[in-house]
Amino acid sequence: MESAGEGWTPKILAFLCNWCSYAGADLAGISRMQYPPNIRVVRVPCSGRVNPYFVIKALQHGWDGVLVSGCHPGDCHYISGNLVARRRFAVLKDLLEYFGIEPGRLNFSWVSAAEGEKFAIVVKDVVEKVKSLGPAERLVKR
Amino acid sequence: MHNAEESIREAAKKLLSEKKVDLIVGHEQGTLPLRTTPCFIDKVEDVPKLVWNENCDANLSKYLIGRKERMGVVAKGCDARSIAVCTFEKQIVRDNVVIIGAPCSGLIDKKKVRTKLEGKELLEATIEDEQIQLKGEGFELVLPKKDFVCSSCLTCRHKTPPIYDVFAGTKVPEVEADEFSDVADLEAKSSKERWTHFKEALDKCIRCYACRDVCPLCYCKTCFVDQTMPIWFGKTTDLSDTMIYHLVRAFHVAGRCVDCGACSRACPMNINLRELMKKTEKIMKERYNYTAGLSLEKVPPLGEFKMDDSQEFIK
Repeated sequence: MESAGEGWTPKILAFLCNWCSYAGADLAGISRMQYPPNIRVVRVPCSGRVNPYFVIKALQHGWDGVLVSGCHPGDCHYISGNLVARRRFAVLKDLLEYFGIEPGRLNFSWVSAAEGEKFAIVVKDVVEKVKSLGPAERLVKR
Repeated sequence: MHNAEESIREAAKKLLSEKKVDLIVGHEQGTLPLRTTPCFIDKVEDVPKLVWNENCDANLSKYLIGRKERMGVVAKGCDARSIAVCTFEKQIVRDNVVIIGAPCSGLIDKKKVRTKLEGKELLEATIEDEQIQLKGEGFELVLPKKDFVCSSCLTCRHKTPPIYDVFAGTKVPEVEADEFSDVADLEAKSSKERWTHFKEALDKCIRCYACRDVCPLCYCKTCFVDQTMPIWFGKTTDLSDTMIYHLVRAFHVAGRCVDCGACSRACPMNINLRELMKKTEKIMKERYNYTAGLSLEKVPPLGEFKMDDSQEFIK
């Protein structure tokens, strides 16, 4: 990824679950809601598909922030994928922040297919947070 | 601990002569002072080789994984707890294993002793009455044992194995200890200070994987760092790769680690790996009220979920 300099804007990798958050992002799009263009979306079948290693790898590759978004608890297309993911991410986030990764680089949200507006707000929040942190440096492989 | 040694030998003799087990896994005297080495005994006449003292630091559960024989194993608190974890994970067949529980009074940290000796060669060592006597050419030292105990043993609450079949010796009462004080100290620092701390600590790592090889929970046939199809993982000693190795390993043992301290003891570069492992334990304790290795039935936190799990970090 290009290095930070004048006019730097963060790049954020977003893992969106196919059934809720991706559809939510789609709704935000077709409803013409404005949100910062800093996210790059990876569509995953379920938030439970997101291996914690994906998140760590994204940080290593120099992404300034990561967003993982899935269905609200109870709404998972696969019944419990997001509940499994929730525990996994709780541990991952605690561990990474203990390790010295700035809080704010890792973001998680529940966005349903009907919550286009929430999606736009989440992205706005995440981008603002990551912007204030500046470009990622820790854990990045040079 | 010496009466425990006699009881262990008796138990081992009984198990072997009654043909209840094919093999006893225990510790025998090593070739260097303050050292013991794992030993495997299949004949009654070899039983006197077994020793039990403050130097029996190998976590013997590692030797039970994937074995078909019926084995008796000498286990201190942490060994028994890792046996429990591996049994739950179906790596050890409980019916094949007879756990000879032994009381532990804390292991001697050879690294602390070595630092104290400042490079002088140790020729003889005895531990008696809470004191370590060290002898070598031209020096003789008497040290208080409590200053040279492994850091994992200092805050260990389960010095008596929570799970055993035969108990040898006298039980050590469970002690209340502030086991997470080191983690709390680190947590009190800023994110940047912690980052610098771990960066400096892990910069020493030479990626020998001794920590993984010695860990009873690292039993994967192909470890993620060894996988080549696909390559998951940078194999260089680049700091970023090294740090991710330790991070991911900590994540893999989260909710399973029993803090036996084997990884820290095995590290040739003197990295205090417990700092990371202990944090995973703390997360499990605080979020899911779970302590690994105390039961054979309880599902570890990352193996289950509840509808009302904490999710304050999710928007």
